[in-house]
Amino acid sequence: MNLRKLIYTIGLPVFLTFSLTSVAQEKVITGRVADSTGKGVSGVSVFVKGQPSKGTSTNDRGTYTLSVPSSATTLVFSSIGYSYQEMNISGKTSADITLQSTSGTLNEVVMVAYGARRRADLTGSVTAITEKDFQKGVISSSEQLLQGKVAGLQITPGGGSAGGGSRIRIRNGASLNASNDPLVVIDGVPIESNGIAGSASLLNTINPNDIESISVLKDASATALYGSRASNGVLIITTKKGARGKMKFNFNTQPSVSHVGKTVDVLSGDELRAIVGADAVATGNNTYKNLLGTANTNWQDEIFQSALGWDNNISASGSIGKNLPFRASMGYYNQEGILKTNTFERLSGALNLSPKFFQDHLAVNVNLKAVRTQNRFANEGAVGSAVAFDPTQPVYANNKYGGYFEWLQADGKPIDLSTRNPLALLDLRHNTSEVNRLIGNIQLDYKLHFFPDLHVLLNLGSDYAKGKGNDNTDSTSATNYKTAGRFVYYQQKKRNKLADVSLFYAKEISSIKSRFDVLLTHSYQQFVTNVYNYASRSQYRDSIIPTSIPTFATDKPEYRLESYLGRLNYILANKYLLTASLRRDASSKFSPDTRVGYFPAVSVAWRLKEEFFKGSQRVNDLKLRASWGTTGQQDIGNLYPYLPRYSQSTSTAQYQFGNTYYSFLRPSAYDANIKWETTTTINLGLDFSLFSNRISGAVDIYKKKTKDLLSVIPIAPGSNFDITLLTNVGNMENKGIEFSLNTTPVKNSEITWDFGFNVTYNESRITNLLKQPDASFKGIEVSGISGGTGNNIGKFAIGYSPYTYNVFKQVYNGSGKPIEGLYEDINRDGKIDDADRYYYKKPAPDVLLGINTQLLYRQFSLGLSGHGAFGNYLYNNYNSNSGVLRAIKNPINFIGNASQSFLESSFTNNQYLSDYYIENASFFRLDNINVGYNFGKVFKNKAALRLMASVQNVFVATKYSGLDPESAADSGVNNTIYPRPRIYSLSANLDF
Amino acid sequence: MKNRMINKLWLVMVIAVTAASCAKKLDLFPKNDLTPEKTYSTAAGYKSVLAKVYAGLAITGNAGPSGQPDIQGGLDEGSQVAFIRGLFNCEELPTDEAVVAWNDQTIHDFHDLRWTSSDPFLKGMYARPIYNITLGNEYLKESTDEKLASRGITGTDASDIKKARAEVRFLRAFNYWVMMDLFGKSTFITEQDKVGTDLPRQINRPELFTYIETELKAIDADLAPAKTIEYGRVDQAAAWALLARIYLNAQVYTGTAKYTEAISYAKKVINAGYVLKSGFPKLFMADNNKQKDEFIFTINCDGRYTQAYGNTTFLVHAPAGDNHDEFGVGSGWYGYRATKAFADKFTDLSGNTDQRAIFSNQSNQQISDLSNFSQGLWVKKFRNIRSDGLPSSDPQNNFADIDFPVFRLSEMYLIYAESVLRGGTGGDAATALDYLNKIRFRAYGDSYGSGNVAQLNAGNLDLQLILDERARELYWEGHRRTELIRYNLLTTSTYLWPWKGGVASGTAVDSKFNLFPIPAANRIANPKLEQNPGY
Repeated sequence: MNLRKLIYTIGLPVFLTFSLTSVAQEKVITGRVADSTGKGVSGVSVFVKGQPSKGTSTNDRGTYTLSVPSSATTLVFSSIGYSYQEMNISGKTSADITLQSTSGTLNEVVMVAYGARRRADLTGSVTAITEKDFQKGVISSSEQLLQGKVAGLQITPGGGSAGGGSRIRIRNGASLNASNDPLVVIDGVPIESNGIAGSASLLNTINPNDIESISVLKDASATALYGSRASNGVLIITTKKGARGKMKFNFNTQPSVSHVGKTVDVLSGDELRAIVGADAVATGNNTYKNLLGTANTNWQDEIFQSALGWDNNISASGSIGKNLPFRASMGYYNQEGILKTNTFERLSGALNLSPKFFQDHLAVNVNLKAVRTQNRFANEGAVGSAVAFDPTQPVYANNKYGGYFEWLQADGKPIDLSTRNPLALLDLRHNTSEVNRLIGNIQLDYKLHFFPDLHVLLNLGSDYAKGKGNDNTDSTSATNYKTAGRFVYYQQKKRNKLADVSLFYAKEISSIKSRFDVLLTHSYQQFVTNVYNYASRSQYRDSIIPTSIPTFATDKPEYRLESYLGRLNYILANKYLLTASLRRDASSKFSPDTRVGYFPAVSVAWRLKEEFFKGSQRVNDLKLRASWGTTGQQDIGNLYPYLPRYSQSTSTAQYQFGNTYYSFLRPSAYDANIKWETTTTINLGLDFSLFSNRISGAVDIYKKKTKDLLSVIPIAPGSNFDITLLTNVGNMENKGIEFSLNTTPVKNSEITWDFGFNVTYNESRITNLLKQPDASFKGIEVSGISGGTGNNIGKFAIGYSPYTYNVFKQVYNGSGKPIEGLYEDINRDGKIDDADRYYYKKPAPDVLLGINTQLLYRQFSLGLSGHGAFGNYLYNNYNSNSGVLRAIKNPINFIGNASQSFLESSFTNNQYLSDYYIENASFFRLDNINVGYNFGKVFKNKAALRLMASVQNVFVATKYSGLDPESAADSGVNNTIYPRPRIYSLSANLDF
Repeated sequence: MKNRMINKLWLVMVIAVTAASCAKKLDLFPKNDLTPEKTYSTAAGYKSVLAKVYAGLAITGNAGPSGQPDIQGGLDEGSQVAFIRGLFNCEELPTDEAVVAWNDQTIHDFHDLRWTSSDPFLKGMYARPIYNITLGNEYLKESTDEKLASRGITGTDASDIKKARAEVRFLRAFNYWVMMDLFGKSTFITEQDKVGTDLPRQINRPELFTYIETELKAIDADLAPAKTIEYGRVDQAAAWALLARIYLNAQVYTGTAKYTEAISYAKKVINAGYVLKSGFPKLFMADNNKQKDEFIFTINCDGRYTQAYGNTTFLVHAPAGDNHDEFGVGSGWYGYRATKAFADKFTDLSGNTDQRAIFSNQSNQQISDLSNFSQGLWVKKFRNIRSDGLPSSDPQNNFADIDFPVFRLSEMYLIYAESVLRGGTGGDAATALDYLNKIRFRAYGDSYGSGNVAQLNAGNLDLQLILDERARELYWEGHRRTELIRYNLLTTSTYLWPWKGGVASGTAVDSKFNLFPIPAANRIANPKLEQNPGY
């Protein structure tokens, strides 16, 4: 039966019988909900047990009034961040209660796929982080709120740029060529995974201050409801809601200053003069010596600055009239980058309305988030330039290239391939963008009047983003003087629409001690990008740059997903829990024959607490979980991989017949049978909470097996229109253990000390990559490096972790110094060739660690948090490229600067493929230290004030010789990056 | 009131569900790309695909100079999958005519004569001709008489497509010749094979020879008569020229000499009306399309419209250093130059007598360090400068306009002469001598020089002279390795040149290096491919 018919069959009788519904006899209950300090708690849901429809929420003083059927015996109190509690109301007309703040323990309400669950009822591996546990300090992109907080979650910022994004990995990813990014769902709307032109990260367009909680869904039981997009986990972001009651305002402001923590250790002007001078004596050739200058320029000092930032937020929540709870907020964040010319600005507004109608039969929830971000991107090439530029040269010179010193040829023009003046790269380029984004959705929850156990849910969502920008380079710039500068305009629009229709049925049958609920949903989602292409022009727009003329003025890539999903939650005797779900996805990315996939999951849990420790104060919770499920991945960039198609060549790719140039139509390689990859996950977990919740935590063991990997593999030449093809081949295995622990070692009337940590061990291995097994297969080369042409440092190889390095084994002399060009003959065949490269280390860490602690003493607070990774190795591409004499004596007649590594290796030529450059990049970073003071009531008790000071990126402990051991590149190829700054900030938070 | 509201609410829900169901359109097509049906619905579509089949020799992808490569697999678009650059690396770099200073991956293995089956440059050069053949096959599949008729393409459009079919078959044969010459065996696919993941079979060298020979003869009737089709497209003379070339090397390819056939087809080309143009250096300059009366087939390049890092752009940048202005480009790549053994083929390197000596750095020919660009003979044969003094078409002087001559009349003269000397019939020594003197006359500026030093007489005529004349006339045009193999000089100790086999004084190497290995990666992807002996 199709869904439309189903709704009709149910809907029509509902409509007809509506007027017949009678109102049962009721009584009124009033009361107050307080926290452990006696302060009223607002926004707590209060409802009759088993009849969530008979409910209300508390006002800002924590009081409520609720009319309940006189037969009702039990009231339920529930709120995010507080324990779930029940209270007997037989014969009572008032019910006051104290809620325990329970974040991190078993009773909080957790957002899960297509709904919310009590933590105690969870059967899957889900970690929810709420506002109070978020990472403190200056947070420019929302995912950074979770840094170090969740076992199995790795957040790696790409660098220190203002507004920059991060790489997010849950359990290290299950894919090779398909994206390993988790699916992100904001208020029930799954968002587009790819960014938009003009934005460093789509997640930086969400104001972190509007976020109430983020749930990290890890195992298949938790994620399988997202089917074909769920293999790499799911992040569910929930924004703050309004609550009925008096208006409340919050204002917070946070000024900050960022400093460059550490710069690359390069040779100084004097050191360089000494080396080049000695070399000239040794070779009898003064060519390079004559190129030396007399200055001692520290190029890194020239390009970096101390940067200011200021984040301001104001929000109001309350109720308009009696029935329209709302929350509205505005945020303005302004951040300079430590690299000169880099700025990021965000203006955001959010509105939430959550009215209820028809005696609360219809609950409406409207979310609207509007954001404008404005970027000025610095030319990050300047960072690489600064470490490579000759320190003996001055910053400025008298020439036509903006007055900046540049390496010039005899004819006075810049040497084409020489390093450019770092400061000129920054100053002579003006690269700005503006992104406007509007995310909105409306959720309707309608309880049938005649059958209140059944809800009809509707979620209509839209995510609209528009990015545009100008990337302009000055006509005097040595990089673009040939075209008289460059003027680039670009624009892109994305629209993502969602329509979910669901039926939800919940029932408690006391006679058989059973509670269960069933969800059936039809979901349709569409992703459209409108791309606008423009030709670039010279700086003053008087001439077009021919190579930039686009083949098409516009493009409109699009994909759609249509799904059905169903879920059953069943709880027997409050001890035995079962969740079963199935999703059917049909995707436009695959052919009609392969586009439908089914993604089932089953999980069970056993609450040992209820079985063996009922009533125990020592054991507050103990629960065993087991789950199995199948998820998919289809995020491969190419939206039409199954279609044979011809594409038009650009204007600079034409062929001459006679006197006419013809552009081409080229057939693309395709695989008509391509489909999604599937991951099967098994997860075993144990949740515990002991000694009045003073010790709580969880252990999870998981194993993921991915098959039909979407891989780009070598194919037989002549069989298709390329020698590699994106197809389904290969298997990968991922297994690991996660452990998290939260403790409160000290708790008394004056001091509370919380300490928590999480640790993850993960192992990934490729188990197959070929359609036909072949013992001589050496893997697929990956991890391109800079330097030389076409050099790769890593491989996808069977039996190894993805991106395992494949290198030559360096031979060292007696004093431990590497001998240039001498490698071990691994296969003992008397010659050194490709067959002597061996597998050595990998970029992915074995172990991840996150640590958090907070000490409260009276009104003072002190917090620390940090994270680390162990067993991860990096290829120090900066050293391999720059740690040689050749980097100083560049063959095309200019001098460059070398890495200090040259002083150790004394290499003349680059030895790119030596294992000498594979370094242990295990690290521990202290992310944050913060000190706070809670003034309590101020301004004649009209407001509450808190102050906090924090330092971010306090220190990094590592053996890695490069600038920063934390690399966002899956390949582990580490070049110079935009350094992550140390940030000092002050924040004031005022509630009134 | 309540009822009405609820009524409306239901309406909204029903509309939403209906909208969702109606929009179940999951068959989406890209906006700008075309389906095969659409591509081949017009004659213009056919011509665009034809242009791509030709351009597989000139550029590396769908965007010039790079960015949308035809061939991926981790290979570098500019240096590893370009036809002209790949041919240069395989034909010139292993010989006395070229050495390289760079350090890119295995690039030194070419001159060192020690390449292996894992060489990425060879992987690219195996992939490029096969890719071009795959494209050609697709064109042939879609241009049958039945398909044209069913698409309503008739009249001159249909007859031009019929001609184009023959050209595509020529190009397929030409790409197979490259495979036969470099690798011996080849992956073998025709328009009968379908596109997907089926494993193609391998064809051995003699069988491939027969295939190429048969194809070239079969298309004769459909190709345009010599010198009648628009510039850049292939005519009958191109097919004859390729036949002459494979017959000259038939002994190497099949074990059976075919010098008589070589003479016969060289003669057909020579008699088709081509002439040697005055001013040898102009043949390789930016406006060399004006010299088309000497060219039988060119790969057309253009600085504005046909950009790549591996076409003639490579031939002007790679040998340029600080002297890049003399090449007509804004920068040098400080890479390729020639050895002293090659320099010794000329009695005068200045270019004042023999105009073919377009060199500099004569005083520093000896190479003690291969990676030192300042050592070796600098070769300026290809220059992106127009003979008429006008500016070349790329205003930034990055990309070259020079068309790459695949077959020139001189080569046909040399094939004729060599085949006569090697015992072929149908030609004679007097004509052979005349042809060689024509070449030398033009080279010395339409004269025999003072004291007629350039003029040869019957007594000079021997195979060594022909080989040396080929070096002087055809150097850097992609012939040298094939010549040296025909003379059994590539791997043996008979002829040593600096750094042959990776040794400064030169050394003999294993005879397996007369063939390149089948790239190992391809043998894994296609177990039907057998390796060449010794690898």
